[in-house]
Amino acid sequence: MTCAELGNLLEAYVDGELDLRSNLEVEAHLAGCAACGVEVRERLELRDAIAEAGLYYPAPRPVRQHVKQSLPGRPWPRALWIAPIAAALVLFAILLPRPGSRGLEEAVIAGHVRSLMPDHLLDVPSSDTHTVKPWFNGRLDFSPPVKDLKAEGFPLAGGRLDYLRDQTVAALVYLRHRHVINVFVWPASSGDRGVYVASRQGYNILHWAHGGFEYWAVSDLNQQELGEFLRLLRE
Amino acid sequence: MPHLDAAHNLARWLTRNDADAADMVQEAAMRALSFFEGFRGGDARAWLLRIVRNTCYTWLRQNRAELMAPLDESAPDRAGADPERSTIARADRQALQQAIEELPVEFRETLVLREIEGLAYKEIAHVAGVPIGTVMSRLARARSLLRARLASPEAAS
Repeated sequence: MTCAELGNLLEAYVDGELDLRSNLEVEAHLAGCAACGVEVRERLELRDAIAEAGLYYPAPRPVRQHVKQSLPGRPWPRALWIAPIAAALVLFAILLPRPGSRGLEEAVIAGHVRSLMPDHLLDVPSSDTHTVKPWFNGRLDFSPPVKDLKAEGFPLAGGRLDYLRDQTVAALVYLRHRHVINVFVWPASSGDRGVYVASRQGYNILHWAHGGFEYWAVSDLNQQELGEFLRLLRE
Repeated sequence: MPHLDAAHNLARWLTRNDADAADMVQEAAMRALSFFEGFRGGDARAWLLRIVRNTCYTWLRQNRAELMAPLDESAPDRAGADPERSTIARADRQALQQAIEELPVEFRETLVLREIEGLAYKEIAHVAGVPIGTVMSRLARARSLLRARLASPEAAS
């Protein structure tokens, strides 16, 4: 490695951004080159000087309070601390009224658990939306939207009929690694509705209404990946 | 609000005064909340800082247009430093602060995000909306300018 070559990598070396191999090459060069050693040392000195000078401007108390006051009653999304998408859902859950249907949550989980019993998961096992969607024709009085999310890592496994809230509904089954996601779909009784999130008995539940359909998604998949799934499904 | 210190720190370095920094943080916080649906996950701090950064740049363009001069992004000359004497180690806080504040804004933000906020190149690239290669070259340039200014403060102004 020449001095000129090293020159291009100096910043990355000093900042610990080099891969191991390049790092070793730089160190080998530095061992025998005083001039480049000075370049490195000066950068490190600059860093130390900046660090020691205490040049950080944390938000003063008035700014902190002002920001807090200008967001009245709205808790700042926890997402900014924790798993972002999961908490994006939490935000919606906070902003939106709860559906208030504890019974339905339980029914959705029961439907999910039931589906995991041997041979209960699928009536129409197919990853092809053009097979799954028509299959519901004649079995339901509505045609549920079926989306292919294979490329995004949530392959469609198929569909089946299920029974929730005294009505027959479509259940679409997606997979994420070894996790099953059941999406229950039926015609919405009212307009669009933002996402409601709940966790019960170790399952995560999402509920929303969109485009004339009501959706309940349930899975033991973590909230973050489930949030990703939700985003893809709603796109 | 999380990362409020980071938001304020960046805003303060970009606007270079307390009152404007406070306004920028306030506005960025409102924007962040309304953009929140667009948050695709990932690094929340970088995401927020990007909003702060864009808020500041909009303001700077409107109010401090003279500072938004086109940037000379060419690679810095090698300083040819004298190993026997280090001016950096002796630079006091005020000199350092002033030298950083005098950097063109793109170099300043890159340096501040790296040296003061401690972000990785990838995060800086996201905040500034530039490729990682540009982050690296701006950092090289910022450090080079800083060293030159600290070596001869009178020549800097």
